Amino acid sequence: MTEDDNHTGQAAWADPLYDLLRANGVTQFAYVPDAGHTVLINRSLADPDAHSVALTTEEEGGALLAGADLGGGRGVLLMQSSGVGNTINMLSLTTGGKFPLLTLVSMRGDFGEGNPWQFPMGRATPKVLEAMGVIVLRADVPEDVIPTVSAALTMVFQSGEAVAVLLGQRLIGAKKF
Amino acid sequence: MAQLNKLSTSNLPAATLDRRQAVPALIEHPEDWLMIGGLAGAAQELTAMTADGPSVYGLAGAMGAAPMMGLGLALAQPQRRVLVATGDGELLMNLSALASIALMAPNNLAIICVDNGHYGETGNQDSHTGMGVRLDTVATGCGFATVHIINTEADMAEGRRLLREGGLCFILLRVKEGPPLKIARSHNPIVIRHRFRKALLGTE
Repeated sequence: MTEDDNHTGQAAWADPLYDLLRANGVTQFAYVPDAGHTVLINRSLADPDAHSVALTTEEEGGALLAGADLGGGRGVLLMQSSGVGNTINMLSLTTGGKFPLLTLVSMRGDFGEGNPWQFPMGRATPKVLEAMGVIVLRADVPEDVIPTVSAALTMVFQSGEAVAVLLGQRLIGAKKF
Repeated sequence: MAQLNKLSTSNLPAATLDRRQAVPALIEHPEDWLMIGGLAGAAQELTAMTADGPSVYGLAGAMGAAPMMGLGLALAQPQRRVLVATGDGELLMNLSALASIALMAPNNLAIICVDNGHYGETGNQDSHTGMGVRLDTVATGCGFATVHIINTEADMAEGRRLLREGGLCFILLRVKEGPPLKIARSHNPIVIRHRFRKALLGTE
């Protein structure tokens, strides 16, 4: 977990977002720790009815959620844009097998980024997701988060699609260096 | 041609078991399990053992997926027992999945690594385990409390007991090079998803 002074700002949209995911039957929260997902991760750790699954690399999450689906379970993959690149071949299981996938991607290399290492994957994130057959939605202001993830939940668990919701750096705040 | 170096950890006896007998002999009762088969030999074996039944999701791609698929399935189906069988090459591709699984420690998941020390599907090149990498030690270091290694027929009974008695375990089944059990199977990942869910959940 990195230093971040935006956790309190996140609470305005992230707490209702956690409640929305749980109300839609999401029980497996898979993540590589990231400041942009702090509230969701901590809520899942505190939730006795949820599985908080710490991954070592994001591709583990694609496989985990496919397995959950085989058993009738629902999950979400929380990752940073840098982790999207780690998932690419695993997405051949997701989209090739028509497994539903909901992933929330906290963006880096985006609005106000101060770390040049984050730009290559930040810029490539929507393109590589779309190249692998994942539908990409985006939220950049707090009032867009719930409607966008609500739409994604329907697309994923009703229609069986793979959908990524990019949470822009304007929303989650650029990390200070 | 440059040679790969045998590691100093390469101190296990030469494998003696034929996987075509050893895998069914270890699993014994495939009907007791929901099963994930890693590509390629392990998926073929589980499929053959169940006569291409719906309780197997056998992979033919997405190398490295099998252990974590087993975890997701085990968490979603706590009343059922889940078996992952996969090869050394498949496991090596996402080795750190063992760390993530051990952290969750589901008591309804068993992992069998059918270790032939080679990449059997791609020309039988030496794998890292063939050069001495010890997956049993890796599993122990990741936090698996129960790890068993099967080198010979004499080690088989303890493996069967672990599978019968339940609890998270990692079994390293060391086998000779050579073909797996085979049966004609669907390679369509959508078809096998549908039939798995239909049989388990009553819905596609």
